[in-house]
Amino acid sequence: MDFIAIFSIFVLACFVGYFVVWSVTPALHTPLMSVTNAISSVIIVGALIASAAAGSASSKWLGLAAVVMASINIFGGFAVTARMLAMYKKKER
Amino acid sequence: MEFQSILSAATGGHGLAVNPWASVAYLVAGVLFILALRGLSSPATAQAGNRFGMAGMLIAVVTTLLTHAPATAEGFLDTVGLVEILVAIAIGAVIGIVMARRIAMTAMPQLVAAFHSLVGLAAVAVAAAAYLNPQAFGIADATGEIFTVSRIEMGLGIAIGAITFSGSVIAFLKLNGNMSGSPIMLPGRHIINLGTLAAIIGLVAYFTFDQSSWIFWTVTGLSFLIGFLLIIPIGGADMPVVVSMLNSYSGWAAAAMGFTLGNTAMIITGALVGSSGAILSYIMCRAMNRSFISVIAGGFGADAGPSDGGSKEQRPWKPGSAEDAAFLMSQADTVIIVPGYGMAVAQAQHALREMADQLKKEGVTVKYAIHPVAGRMPGHMNVLLAEANVPYDEVFELEDINGEFAQADVAFVIGANDVTNPSAKTDKTSPIYGMPVLDVEKAKTVLFVKRSMGGVGYAGVDNDVFYMDQTMMLLGDAKKMADDIVKALSGSGH
Repeated sequence: MDFIAIFSIFVLACFVGYFVVWSVTPALHTPLMSVTNAISSVIIVGALIASAAAGSASSKWLGLAAVVMASINIFGGFAVTARMLAMYKKKER
Repeated sequence: MEFQSILSAATGGHGLAVNPWASVAYLVAGVLFILALRGLSSPATAQAGNRFGMAGMLIAVVTTLLTHAPATAEGFLDTVGLVEILVAIAIGAVIGIVMARRIAMTAMPQLVAAFHSLVGLAAVAVAAAAYLNPQAFGIADATGEIFTVSRIEMGLGIAIGAITFSGSVIAFLKLNGNMSGSPIMLPGRHIINLGTLAAIIGLVAYFTFDQSSWIFWTVTGLSFLIGFLLIIPIGGADMPVVVSMLNSYSGWAAAAMGFTLGNTAMIITGALVGSSGAILSYIMCRAMNRSFISVIAGGFGADAGPSDGGSKEQRPWKPGSAEDAAFLMSQADTVIIVPGYGMAVAQAQHALREMADQLKKEGVTVKYAIHPVAGRMPGHMNVLLAEANVPYDEVFELEDINGEFAQADVAFVIGANDVTNPSAKTDKTSPIYGMPVLDVEKAKTVLFVKRSMGGVGYAGVDNDVFYMDQTMMLLGDAKKMADDIVKALSGSGH
């Protein structure tokens, strides 16, 4: 993809982010942080590419280290978000 | 060779434009991440949103594993390589899930700071891996010359990632109490910081002409350094802003790596997370009436210690007991509870909820009023109350409930101080002037639970609410006081 196409996606996504985040209820701002934390670990994509590539051993090991770190975040982030969200309950009756 | 050549055939120009199906899959992942955040608009849809997020991540990971499976020299699947990757994922999964299960809800800010540092460090590792093996990422020509645009993206990615990492480590240490929350002020720190930032920008620019490794690693080192330097002068009181800000940085780091790889899932996510953190920082700054620049400049809370109490004249105040409080509240129609972080420190949330349950049994309407900075991070107090089984529809934000104090019979303030101080509205000389506060002084009676009359809040200012005629000071530990009130209530009720 050329730079302008990628940049267009980026700019539009910033606007989507702006509107979606303002619509998040303040009561859920902590889960918002933990879930954004989990999804920002999508950089695992880059880590997986590095770990699978042939040609440079140091690059591969950096990739594997990044896979571990990103996985901690992905599993930890989604799990802790789920744990918090399960606690939010409506009034009985 | 077959396997690899299909992939490389689809790789055109910049980045890793793999096969069209993969691009569609990454786009779907990005959309699922948008839906994950969208779900958080209400607690009723939030859990579904979280599952959208997980689905998006699964799609992104599986797509990458399929399109970039490790291959042997003959083009076959390299099973050892694949197992290594799966083991790496499994190690991360175990550590992450154990952390998520064990963490106390009061320690949430530390956990988030720790997670941010990992995103930052992972971004640094990926950028370094891309630098060492650019052809694997499709960002270099056959001679190993990295494309100019990619060099800028990579330079920014590693700089933002390193700042996120070292900044989050400091934030973690401060929040976790391993490091004093008071600001550490280096002499000439503004000049050092600006100089370091200028050097980073200059070197990233120079990197476009010369891809030598010393430039790349110097940028990395300086960025780690500036992350430390930026956060050490920021005081404990400003940590909610810092955590939000680092949240934003971790997003921009992911976006920068997304540009390097030409990956839409990473770019969409980076933009979402970046804006999310920026908006939360803005909300926190507004709630504390602090400008973003003054938070970054640091130093707030440097002299926040109890300012000499001797010089202040002793004003009369009215003490009360748990029995008095129980009686007053059981006679009330409406009680608004104002919890602050002190309540959470004393682990009083369960006792507080029991107290509310008792009052509700007696026909009292109970509501909770939350100031945006009631906890240590955005929305923290809501989580702490939810953990104590307080229904979320009894919990209200400042702007939604402030008008109701005038009709309330009792405002029950527990573990909060500065956020109820009316001088923020009237006294232009007050350090908290202009900060939005909860109008507890408008309630018919104010019950103020406080450890002692001596201590002051973060801002080190006295609170006029203590000395009002309708205020009764309930001195003691927040949990013990709430427990005693519960006992008094259940004694009188039957």
